[in-house]
Amino acid sequence: MMSSILPLKHPPATLAATPGTLPQGWSAARLRRRLAERAIETLLLLAALVSVFTTAAIVAILVWESVVFFRTVPLLDFLTDTQWTPLFDDAHFGILALLSGTLTTTIVALLVAVPLGTILAIYLSEFAPFRVREVAKPFLELLGGIPTIVYGYFALLFVTPVLQKIYPELPGFNMLSAGLVMGIMIIPYVSSLSEDAMRAVPMHMREASYAMGATRLQTAVFVVTPAALSGLASSYILGISRAVGETMVVAIAAGMQPNFSFDPREPAATITAYIVQVALGDLPHGSIGYQTIFAAGLTLLLITLVFNIVGHFLRKRFREAY
Amino acid sequence: MNTETFPTAKAGAELKAQAKALSFHYGDFQALKNIDFPVERNQVTALIGPSGCGKSTFLRCFNRMHDLYPNMRYEGEILLYPDGVNIVDRHVDPIEVRMRISMVFQKPNPFPKSIYENVAYGLRVRGVRNRSLIDEKVEEALRAAALWGEVRDRLDDLAFNLSGGQQQRLCIARALATDPEILLFDEPTSALDPIATAKIEELVSELKEKVTILIVTHNMQQAARVSAYTAFMYIGELIEFDDTKRIFTNPSSKLTEEYITGRFG
Repeated sequence: MMSSILPLKHPPATLAATPGTLPQGWSAARLRRRLAERAIETLLLLAALVSVFTTAAIVAILVWESVVFFRTVPLLDFLTDTQWTPLFDDAHFGILALLSGTLTTTIVALLVAVPLGTILAIYLSEFAPFRVREVAKPFLELLGGIPTIVYGYFALLFVTPVLQKIYPELPGFNMLSAGLVMGIMIIPYVSSLSEDAMRAVPMHMREASYAMGATRLQTAVFVVTPAALSGLASSYILGISRAVGETMVVAIAAGMQPNFSFDPREPAATITAYIVQVALGDLPHGSIGYQTIFAAGLTLLLITLVFNIVGHFLRKRFREAY
Repeated sequence: MNTETFPTAKAGAELKAQAKALSFHYGDFQALKNIDFPVERNQVTALIGPSGCGKSTFLRCFNRMHDLYPNMRYEGEILLYPDGVNIVDRHVDPIEVRMRISMVFQKPNPFPKSIYENVAYGLRVRGVRNRSLIDEKVEEALRAAALWGEVRDRLDDLAFNLSGGQQQRLCIARALATDPEILLFDEPTSALDPIATAKIEELVSELKEKVTILIVTHNMQQAARVSAYTAFMYIGELIEFDDTKRIFTNPSSKLTEEYITGRFG
């Protein structure tokens, strides 16, 4: 204990009034510090608990409402039926019809965002002169700050017409255009995390490579990128989560008809687009249509969860620690 | 300063490199001042001096390491023999310089790759594809770095699984695999324990048969043990260059004497 080593500023006579509650030799100042620290710790803990509690509550409600849903709709039908027509008289609840839209748009988006985002990150971290980086980064972040509704109309009113010039049979709503724009939208997420991971690779690693006669490109590709792989994987996973959960772009540009197809030229609804569509309607609380929202939401949550777990293991497996 | 204190190596000795009036600037700061300095072929030349004297800066001119950072400027020449090219000339490609002059750093800095890939790296960046040639060179370099016996059965292990001393010998193997003409050591043992240090020193003495060596060291005993020539630097200037034996027994400069007797630095 401090007091046994250092002479006390306040002699024991000035200790707090209730000696029974204080350990021997505690000064009032020490008690005050201790209380203040406790109070702050408790506050911080509460702040952390709010987010944990919110997450738990969301999951609980999703599961709760989904259980009600699955009492009416067998899980097997939900997973194998290829039609999604919950509001029709002949109701079908095949999530595959929505899942295919989500997966197709996500894959198109990743085909854009992963290569471009990675190349951009390599450029910004390894090649760009200081000034270029200082100008380019805020612009990139701006790209991430554009409201998604703007991207949606950009896809519908600009990208689709352009694509139709190349491929005239393309319908006005299609997954290709939505996916491409979504890809552009998530480039900043991929590139900014990737760049951080690359810049975190210590300089002595690069020096070792250059000292062996390597060029900048060789250093970037053979040394920096592998060393930053765990960060790159995280950025891709974040990109996937963003793409899977993205709503406005697909709702506007991909159409809202559930369509079991993996052809990006076709219109389709994604899980999120469906939820928006139904949530905006006047569905009676407790109806089966209302419950589909939660089943779809739970599916979405599970997908992102799976990607996060996969990402976690990929990171561990391919990590080139330095 | 008296030029008499700069005997350009022994008469008849063959020079591998020579700095002539070399200065180096970081922005407005002049880190090296007008240095003349011979490097004899197949010998070990040591650079000593207090922290911040510019010995590492000087060493890093030899493989143009400074080119990686902005706002720097070389003046003067470092001639590399036998062709006599000035390697700090801005028209000379630093990558070509680094192909001929390798470096071992202060802290062991293997790549986060396997032992084998670490040694093969220099060959790979030179575009060597021949698998058996790479195998052969990797073994040769690991033998030369006195590491082969310890790692021959675990070449695919991650380099980080080696001990600090082994990692540093791996870095030496990596630097040797491409048959450099000069090997630069930047305080190679400052992060190592005494036993690992002794091994590296022994290695340095052996390697001079194959390659010309320039070594920066904080440790004066180390300079005395491994080198034939020693240069003493102070605040960006070369104060004295001579036979190692003379520097440590009978230095001409008062400053050198004060430094080696431990009165400062």
